Amino acid sequence: MTRIVGVLLRKELVLELRMRESIPAMALFSVTVFVVFHFGLDADQVEGQLAAGVLWVTMLLAALLGINRLFVTDAEQGGFDAFLLAPVDRTALYVAKAIALLVYLLVVQLVAIPAFGFLLLGPGLEQALPGLLLVVVLADIGICVIGTLVAAIAIRTRTRDLIVPLLALPLLIPVVLAASELTAPLLAEGGAQALPGRWLTLVSIYDLLFALIAYAIFDFLLED
Amino acid sequence: MYGKGLRPLAAATALSVTAALALVFFWAPNDADQGFIQKIFYIHVPIAIVALCGFVAGGIMALQYLRTRDPSWDLRSYVAIHLSLMLAVGVLVTGSIWAKGSWGQWWLWDEPMLVSFLIVFLLYACYQPLRFSIEQPETQARYAAVFAVVAGAFVPINFAAVRMAESYIHPRTLGTTTGGMPGEMMITFLVALVAVALLFVTLWKYELASKSARFQLRALRKRLGADVPAPRRSGAPELS
Amino acid sequence: MGSSPVVELNGLGRRFGERAALEGVTLTVPAGATVAVLGPNGAGKSTLLRILAGLLRPTEGVAQVLGSKLPDEGWAVRGRVGFLAHEPMLYRELTARENLAFHAGLFGVARERVDEVLDAVGLGARAGDRVAELSRGMTQRVSVARAVLHDPEVLLLDEPVANLDPGAAAQVAPLIGAASGRTRILTSHDPDAAVAEADLVLALRDGRAVYAGAAADVDLAGLYA
Repeated sequence: MTRIVGVLLRKELVLELRMRESIPAMALFSVTVFVVFHFGLDADQVEGQLAAGVLWVTMLLAALLGINRLFVTDAEQGGFDAFLLAPVDRTALYVAKAIALLVYLLVVQLVAIPAFGFLLLGPGLEQALPGLLLVVVLADIGICVIGTLVAAIAIRTRTRDLIVPLLALPLLIPVVLAASELTAPLLAEGGAQALPGRWLTLVSIYDLLFALIAYAIFDFLLED
Repeated sequence: MYGKGLRPLAAATALSVTAALALVFFWAPNDADQGFIQKIFYIHVPIAIVALCGFVAGGIMALQYLRTRDPSWDLRSYVAIHLSLMLAVGVLVTGSIWAKGSWGQWWLWDEPMLVSFLIVFLLYACYQPLRFSIEQPETQARYAAVFAVVAGAFVPINFAAVRMAESYIHPRTLGTTTGGMPGEMMITFLVALVAVALLFVTLWKYELASKSARFQLRALRKRLGADVPAPRRSGAPELS
Repeated sequence: MGSSPVVELNGLGRRFGERAALEGVTLTVPAGATVAVLGPNGAGKSTLLRILAGLLRPTEGVAQVLGSKLPDEGWAVRGRVGFLAHEPMLYRELTARENLAFHAGLFGVARERVDEVLDAVGLGARAGDRVAELSRGMTQRVSVARAVLHDPEVLLLDEPVANLDPGAAAQVAPLIGAASGRTRILTSHDPDAAVAEADLVLALRDGRAVYAGAAADVDLAGLYA
């Protein structure tokens, strides 16, 4: 299983490096949304809960772009069938895709979060960084766990671009909620405060629950 | 086969709904703070609980479909989700009326029941479009089942998350019941809950019976060689 | 020809909703035999091959390959069947070698085998080119290499030589032709040629078998009258 995930993930990252379909678009989109927020809110600087909300809504929307494209190459170029012909555990495809999406998100955030700090954030980013890193990883896992599942469902529908946001947005509301509740005290004016533990628990349970469900039912999305 | 037991079930439902309404209007006392408007609680909360259970049950039936590949489980899950979705609309409407009557506003973001049902409604509103956008009936059933399982698990966790986010301003009638709700109120509430649950099961069975009768009729007419028009493509499951 | 049958179909059928794409197909294929599956477009040829490849679940009847029932026991035979489908199943932005290395990884095949099959299909020199840069015929040859990469015992070939010029077709013959020693089930746009190299013929029309038997006895003109 681990070896197959490695093979699939390698192919995924080589394709992304070569085609540059997801990461640059997602990063560019994030920065653009920050600019849009600047005008929409008519605010030069944001902090606390508002900053956390702006950051996570933007991350969620950017993630949707990646989710939408996640299986397109495989569906169009027969990669699905090729994978299904191989004598391997089919859940490996889910794991590899989720990890690939996680990598995309983390790389995008490597650009987007400093850009957010530079463009919109009132308080300094440095104070928030250690806590923010934990929040980002936990929330990103949630986004990837659900996002990969939604992407796999939507790829077989005739209206993929509509189904992806319509399914993923409501499903990810708890993640955005928890992530912005967790991020708000980090971005507060006057120094980062401690992370509220119950939200960490909630997002961890969310990640674990849907990872298990996805693991159990992903196979049903592959066969014909 | 779905029609079996429908008659006594319908009678029990009619009886309990009548009893619940009678208790609500003639027996249960008016709430000390909110007055008459609080009585909407006896509809709002039971349908919310039943809708919640209906969504989860739809997910479990979908899981059953995935295990057995028996299309009738897909039909059961589909009907349960549809009914729950209608109840969810009821929850939003009654909750809105309650909010307006008691707090003077049609919408309250700090009312976890309303907010989480809005999210659940938005999610399940995609169930039908999702089915409709998949051509193959078998693929459609399978993908809808996967959705129903994920969404069924999402309903409780979403409720927990939204509840955690609220600042507990709202007087949570159900939450305080264990301590303070007068006995009459509690009994009325429980009868109303049973009534709505029975209503749900009756409607569920009725819809299943009607759908399967239609499929059987179509199959019979086909065997007789009648010219049966192909059904209009829809997102609804088909049994043959 | 070996003794135990490699492929056994019994009343095999597949419905898509109301429409039956395949219905009541029964056929036994001994080891090493070549089956030509004939029929006009939409007769169910591709459906049959996809079922045998384990990509499509039959709705009626039994499909057994190498002693395992499809698709539930499919995992047992997946590594022993090669499928050359209509679409090449190659990533256009990866090179021929990268594509095959990817499949080698999935099938647990040694990396040296990749260059070996690429040489065998005559593309050793173009192995570093992206598939998008290759002509249709070359893409088909890479696809052939992909299908035989894991040295399968059974080959499912959907119009294997449709895009190949005679020279290229001759080049891939040792891999996917009768000389390969594999059990082959193939469709072709050219019935005469297909029947000439086949031991058995399965002729389909509207999903039903109109002929299933020895290639020597088939009356092509009668079938397509």
